Amino acid sequence: MFAYIVRRVLYAIPILIGVNLITFTLFFVVNTPDDMARMHLGTKRVTAEAISKWKLERGYDKPLLWNTTATGSAKLTSTIFFERSMRLFRFDFGAAEDGRDIAREIRGRMLPSFALALPVFLVGLAVNISFALMLAFFRATYLDTWGVVFCVAMMSVSTLFYIIGGQYLISKLWHLVPISGYARGPDALRFLVLPVIIGIVSGFGTSARLYRTLFLEEMSKDYVRTAKAKGLAERVVMFRHVLRNAMIPILTGVVVVLPALFFGSLITESFFGIPGLGSYTIDAIQAQDFAVVRAMVFIGSVLYILGLLATDLSYTLVDPRVRFQ
Amino acid sequence: MPLLPVFLPTDVLLWLLVIAAVGYGIYCARRPHLAQPWSRVFRSPGAVVAGVLLGCYLLIGLADSLHFRARLEQASASGQAAYAPEVLSLLDVALARLRAGTERSYSAPLATRAFVREMVEQPDGTTRRGFPRLRQGGAHLEDESQWTEDIARRALLGLACGAALWLLLLWSIRPLMRRAPAVPWRAGLITVGVLLALSGPVVVLAGGYHVLGTDKVGQDVLLLSLKSVRTSLVIGTLTTLVILPFGITFGVVAGYFRGWVDDVIQYVYTTLNSIPGVLLIAAAVLMMQVYVDSHPDLFPTAAQRADLRLLFLCIILGVTSWTGLTRLLRGETLKLAELEYVQAAHAFGVSHGRVLSRHLVPNLMHIVVISVAIDFSTLVLTEAVLSYIGVGVDPTTVSFGTMINGARLEMSREPIVWWSLSAAFVFMFTLVLSANLLADAVRDAFDPRVRIGVA
Amino acid sequence: MSDATQRTDRAGPTASGAAGERVLEVDGLQTDLASGAEIVHAVDGVSFELRRGECFALVGESGCGKSMTAMSLMRLLPAAGEITGGAVRLETQDLLALPEVAMRAVRGRRVAMIFQEPATSLNPVLTVGRQITEVLERHLDMTGQAARRRALELLDAVGVPDAARRLEEYPFQLSGGLRQRVMIAAALAADPEVLIADEATTALDVTIQAQILELLQGLQAARGMAILLITHDLGIVARLADRVAVMYAGEIVEFGTREGVMRAPQHPYTQMLFASLPSASRRGMPLAAIPGQVPSLARVHTLPGCRFEARCNQALARCRDVKPPMIALGQGVDAGRVRCHLRSEGRAAARAPLSAPEIWAEAEAGEASAPTLLRVENLQVHFPIQRGILRRTVGTVRAVDGVDLLLREGRTLALVGESGCGKTTAGKAILRLIEPSGGRVTLAESGAQVDLATLSRAALRGRRGVMQIVFQDPFASLNPRMRVREILEEGMVSLGRGGADAAARAQRVAALLEQVGLPGEALARYPHEFSGGQRQRIAIARALAVEPRLIVCDEPTSALDVSVQAQILNLLKQLQQDLGLSYLFITHNLAVVEYLAHEIAVMYLGRIVERGAVHEVLRRPQHPYTRALLSAVPEVDGVREVIRLGGEPPSAANPPAGCHFHPRCPQVRPDCRAAYPPAIAASPTHTARCVLLAPSPGSARA
Repeated sequence: MFAYIVRRVLYAIPILIGVNLITFTLFFVVNTPDDMARMHLGTKRVTAEAISKWKLERGYDKPLLWNTTATGSAKLTSTIFFERSMRLFRFDFGAAEDGRDIAREIRGRMLPSFALALPVFLVGLAVNISFALMLAFFRATYLDTWGVVFCVAMMSVSTLFYIIGGQYLISKLWHLVPISGYARGPDALRFLVLPVIIGIVSGFGTSARLYRTLFLEEMSKDYVRTAKAKGLAERVVMFRHVLRNAMIPILTGVVVVLPALFFGSLITESFFGIPGLGSYTIDAIQAQDFAVVRAMVFIGSVLYILGLLATDLSYTLVDPRVRFQ
Repeated sequence: MPLLPVFLPTDVLLWLLVIAAVGYGIYCARRPHLAQPWSRVFRSPGAVVAGVLLGCYLLIGLADSLHFRARLEQASASGQAAYAPEVLSLLDVALARLRAGTERSYSAPLATRAFVREMVEQPDGTTRRGFPRLRQGGAHLEDESQWTEDIARRALLGLACGAALWLLLLWSIRPLMRRAPAVPWRAGLITVGVLLALSGPVVVLAGGYHVLGTDKVGQDVLLLSLKSVRTSLVIGTLTTLVILPFGITFGVVAGYFRGWVDDVIQYVYTTLNSIPGVLLIAAAVLMMQVYVDSHPDLFPTAAQRADLRLLFLCIILGVTSWTGLTRLLRGETLKLAELEYVQAAHAFGVSHGRVLSRHLVPNLMHIVVISVAIDFSTLVLTEAVLSYIGVGVDPTTVSFGTMINGARLEMSREPIVWWSLSAAFVFMFTLVLSANLLADAVRDAFDPRVRIGVA
Repeated sequence: MSDATQRTDRAGPTASGAAGERVLEVDGLQTDLASGAEIVHAVDGVSFELRRGECFALVGESGCGKSMTAMSLMRLLPAAGEITGGAVRLETQDLLALPEVAMRAVRGRRVAMIFQEPATSLNPVLTVGRQITEVLERHLDMTGQAARRRALELLDAVGVPDAARRLEEYPFQLSGGLRQRVMIAAALAADPEVLIADEATTALDVTIQAQILELLQGLQAARGMAILLITHDLGIVARLADRVAVMYAGEIVEFGTREGVMRAPQHPYTQMLFASLPSASRRGMPLAAIPGQVPSLARVHTLPGCRFEARCNQALARCRDVKPPMIALGQGVDAGRVRCHLRSEGRAAARAPLSAPEIWAEAEAGEASAPTLLRVENLQVHFPIQRGILRRTVGTVRAVDGVDLLLREGRTLALVGESGCGKTTAGKAILRLIEPSGGRVTLAESGAQVDLATLSRAALRGRRGVMQIVFQDPFASLNPRMRVREILEEGMVSLGRGGADAAARAQRVAALLEQVGLPGEALARYPHEFSGGQRQRIAIARALAVEPRLIVCDEPTSALDVSVQAQILNLLKQLQQDLGLSYLFITHNLAVVEYLAHEIAVMYLGRIVERGAVHEVLRRPQHPYTRALLSAVPEVDGVREVIRLGGEPPSAANPPAGCHFHPRCPQVRPDCRAAYPPAIAASPTHTARCVLLAPSPGSARA
C-alpha cells in the first residue's frame, strides 16, 4: 500500500519532465526566440538590434540547451532550457510581459477560481447523480427515455450558448444578479451565483447520462438479483447495493479533477470577469504572453498529476478489494 | 478552360474520406457480420432522423469543398488565361446572390430597412438621420406596404415547391421501401418533409431578402451559417484521421506486446494527458501562428493560409486527443490477446503482424467506430470554444466559433441583435444533436455490452 | 426478546406442516421472453408440486427453461421476461396474483434462492455480516447485536470456520466454497419454507461441490425445508433428489422418484441423456449422442407434435402430428408420469443400446509397448510476484512446479485436477503458448529427440504442426471475424503444412469438414452461425488441418451439454483410431477420463501426485487426494461414500510445507510436513507421491 503510493509519486517526476520537454519544444524549438521577437515587434522593418534588445530584456538571448561560452556548470545552467524549464520545478515562473511576477499573480487568483469551481463541482455532482438515479429507477419508462433525450439535447449545446443565454436571461432580462465582475469577501456570492448555475447546467447532460449508464450496468449484475431475492425493496436495493457500487467508478472519475478545481474554468471566468486562473490564462493566450502560458501548462500538469494520485488513493478508500490488497 | 480547379488540402482529404467511407460501406455490405450492426443502427427512428439531417449538412459541406478560380474575361498580355485571385466553391456559386448582396451593417431578418440609424440622403437632397432602405433586402419592392403580401407569396411558393419535391421523393423511393421494410421510412420522410417545408420558403425568400438578417459588416447571416458547416465537418472528420492511426497503432501495440513497449506508450499518453487540453492546443496554435507569420512566403493566398491553418488545427486537435482511444484499445487488446483464438493462432506460429491484423484489429473495430461517432460532436463543440478564445480557425474562415465570437457583444446592444447568435445556435445545435443521436444509435448497435441485457 | 423465542415464533409455519404435505404448487406456468422481434417461450406449461421436507430436482440441458422456471417462481424475471399464464401457489396463496409489495415479503422469507456464481452473486462492497443481517432486518426486524449473534449462528450452521472474523470480511476475501456457504447462510436467515438452488454447485470444484451438497442435505434434514434443485448434472440429482422432473424445450417430459427415473427412465430423451453419459462401463463403445439440436424456443408453438420427435430414436408416425399428453404410469402420488406416445401404446421402456455397438479395437493391456511421442521432464512455470517501490520480485507463483509426463503414440493421457492446480498452464507450456521457466519437453522426431522447451522461435515454428490444441470455450476459440474456410486454412498457410497450393488446401479443407461431421457449405459461414458443439468440431478441424500427431485437449467438453459432449467424445475417439493421434486430455471430469483415457496423471497444486494406467489409478487409487477426488464425483448409478476433504486448495504462491496436500489430507501424519514425498511405485506403471506408500515413515525422506 505505502510502497504503491510512493511508486505513484515517483512516477510523477518523469511525467513532469516530459511535460517540460514538450512545452520547451513547442515554445523554443519550433519557434526560435528570434521568431517570437519578430512577432512581438511586428514583422515589418524590424532591425536585428531591436530583436537582440527584446531578447535581452526577457533573458531569451542565451543558447537553448548548451552554453559553449560559459564555463563549468554554467555551460548547462546558463541556457534557456535550464532557466526557463528547470526553474518551473521550484514554482519560479519569472515575470509576465507586463513585468508582474507570475507566481504571485497565480497565488492571488487561485481563490476566486476555487470559489467558482468548488460549488460547481459539488452541487453539480449531487444534481447529476440524483437525476441519473431517478432515470435508473424509472428505467425503460417514458420518463427514462425522455430523460436521456433531454441529456443528449443538453450536451449538444455549446457552453458558449449557456453562458450568453444565461447572462441575457438572468442578468439582463430579469436583472437578478450582476452580469459580470467580482468582489472579495461575502460580496462575491452575488457575482458567483450565475456562473455557478451555468457551470452546473453546461456539465449536466454528459455526466447525468454517463452516471445513468453506470447505474444500469451495476443493476444488471448478479448481486442485485441476490438482493432482490432476499425480498429487499427496490429503494433499498438502489441505495444500499447499486449506489454504493456505482460510486466507485463515479468517485474515481471525478477525483481526478479535484485538484484542477484550483485551475478554474477558462471560459466561464473570462466571460464573467472573475479574476481567477482561467481568465488569467485566456488573457495570456490572447496577449500571446508565452511566459504565462508556459507557467499555466506546468501548473495544470502538476494539478492533473495530483488528481491521478488522489484517484489512486480514493480507490483504496471506496473499494475494499483494493484496500485489503 | 473556364475554371481553374483549386485543390485545397482539406478539400482533398475530405473527399478522400468520403471515398473511404463509401468503400467501407461496400465492404461492410458484403459481410453479414459487419452489415448487421449497421442495419441495426438504421432500424432506430432516431438514427434515421439524425442520418437525414447529417446527410444534408454533408451535402452542404461537400458542395463547399469543390474550389476553383474563375477565368477572367480579359486575356492577359501573354495570351495565357488569367484567373481571378478569389477562390470560390460550388456553394459560393449557388449562393452568389447572398454573397453579392452585402449591406452596410446590421439588418433584421426579412427587413427592408437597416437596423442602425444612418445619415440618409432625402429625395430633396438634404440628409438626416434615419433607417435607410437596404441595398438588397426588399429592394425589389417599390412600396414597403407590399412587404406582407410579398413575403406571404414567396413563402407559399416555396412551400409548394417543397411539397412537390417531397411527393416526387416519396414516389421515387417506393420500391426501396418495399425492399427494406424494417427501416423506419416514415421517420425519415417526415424529417425530409419538415426540412423541405423550411428550406423551400427560405430559398424563395432569399431571392429578395436577408432571411436571417445581416451581421455587423452587412454579411448575410444565412450565408455565414451555411459556410460554417464545412468548417465543422472538416474539424469533426479530419481530426479523426489523425487520431485513428495514433490511437489504433499505439493502443493495439501496447496491449499486445506489453512489457517495455507498453510502459513507453503509457508514459507518452499520460504525459500528453496531463497537460490541460485547451492549453496544449492553445500553445500549439500560438506557436503555429508565430511560424506562419514569420514565413509568409510559404502561403501565397489568404484562402490557402486560412485552409492550412484549419488543417493544422485538425492535426493539433488530433495529436492532443488520441490518448482516449489509445487507452480504450489498449485495455480491450489486453483482454483479446488472452482469448483462445489468438492463442490458437500462436499455436500455428502465425506472425505477430498477422495476429494483429487478422485477429486483433478486426475485433476492435467496433470500438473505433463508436469513438469516431462520439468524437465528432465533441470536436465540433471544441472548435467553437477554441475560436472564441482566439486559438481556433483563422479569423477569415467562417465557422460557428467565429460567428459566436463576433456576435457575443450583440446581446448587450439595445435593442438587441439576436439573429446571428440564434442562427449559429440553431445550425450548430442541430448538427451536434444529430451527431449525438447517431452516435448513440451506433453505440447501441455495436457495443456488445448493451445487448447483453436482452438475452 | 431472546433468540430462542424468536426461533420458535419463526418456526410457526414450518412446524405446523407435516413432512410430505404440499408446500408449493406450480400449475401450467407460462413464461415468455421478448428477444428482438421474436417471442421465446422459455417456460411453456410447466406444472409440478414441491412437498415439505423433500428435495425436488428439475433437470435439463442448457436452454430448456429450468432457470427461467425458478426465476418465475420468485417473480425475478429479466426486463424482457413476462409470466403469461399459470399459477404458483405457496400453500394456498397464488404468488402470481400478489402485489409486488406482498411478493417482497415472500422473497427471502418463505421462498429463498441461491445462485450459480458465488463470485458475482454477493455484493463486493458490503461485508459478509451485512449481507446476512439485512435479511434479518428486512424480515424479522432483528437489528444490532441480536442480528449479529444470529448471523454468527448462521455462519456456524453452514460450516464457515472462524465465523466471528468472517462477519467483518468482504466476499473477495473468501474462497469460492466459502462464498457459496455465505450465500446459503443469507438464504436461510429467515428460515424459509422453500429453498431454490439454481445450479448452486456448478461453478465449484468437485471436492467443494461435495461439501456443499452434504451441507444442503444436512440443512434440509434439520429444518424440514423443501429444496427445489435446478441442475443439469444427473449425478447431483442421484445424490440429493427425492423426486425428479426432466425438462426439454420448455416442457416437463418426465416425472418420477429418484429411483424410478435413474433405474428405469421412461421418456426416450431421458434414456438417451443417461446413455450419453461417459463412464468406464461404456469404454470401447461410442456414446449415445442425441442427434440434431433442441428446437428453437421461439418456434416450438409451430410444432404440432412432440418436441423431441425430430431427435427421437423411437418416434412413431403420430409423434410428429399429435402432441403427447402427460401419462401417469401407475397409481399413487409418487407414480411416474411421462409425456410420450410410446407409453400410451403400453409399450415397455426400451433402454436398449441406442446405436449399433461398434467396439473399438483397443488393447487394455500392453500399453507400454507403444513408442513414446513426447516426454515432459520437470516442467516448471513460475510467475514472479512483484511488489514494492521498485517492483522487485518478492516471490513466485509456482503454477507448474516440476511436472513429468509421458505420452505414447496413439494413446490418451488424461491430466486431471481441480481448478487452479496448474493443469491448463502445464498444457500451454508444453506447446510454448506460455514460456516454461524450466524443464525439458522432448519430442521424438524420426529417431532424434528435440527439446521444445529451449528451441528458438523460428525453430519451434517448424514443429508447431506436430502439436495442436483444442480449447475449452467454443465461443472464444474461433475468431468471429473470419469465415470457417479462413479459420481452417490459417495454420496450413502459416506452417506450409497440409496443402501445397490453394487447390490442395481447398481439397483438404473440404475433407476435414467431412471428417468432423460438418456440411461442406459451412466453409463460407461465420462462427456465430454455429452451435457450441459445431464450433467445437470446427476447432478440432482447425487443429487437424496441419496434420498433428498430438492434440492437447484443454477441457474440450466442459462447456457443452452432455448429449453434445457425447458427440465430441465420439469424434475424438474416432479420430484417434483413424489417424493414430495422441491426446493430452486436460480435464476435471473423471467420468470422461474413465471413458476415454489410457493413462492418467493427477495434479495438485502444480505437481503430479499420482500417475499410472487408467484402470490402476481409478480402481486402486493410492494417493489420498485421488481417492477423495474419485469419491466426490456424483455418480448416477449408485451412491458411494464421500471422503470429505476439509478446506480448499491453498494458493500456489504460498504452498504448504512438505506435501502440499497435508493440510486437507484425512490420513495426514507428522512426517507429511517435513518434505515433499518422492514418487513411490505401486506397480511398474503406477506411482504416487505419498508417504503412506512407503514401507516405513523414515524412508520417505530419502
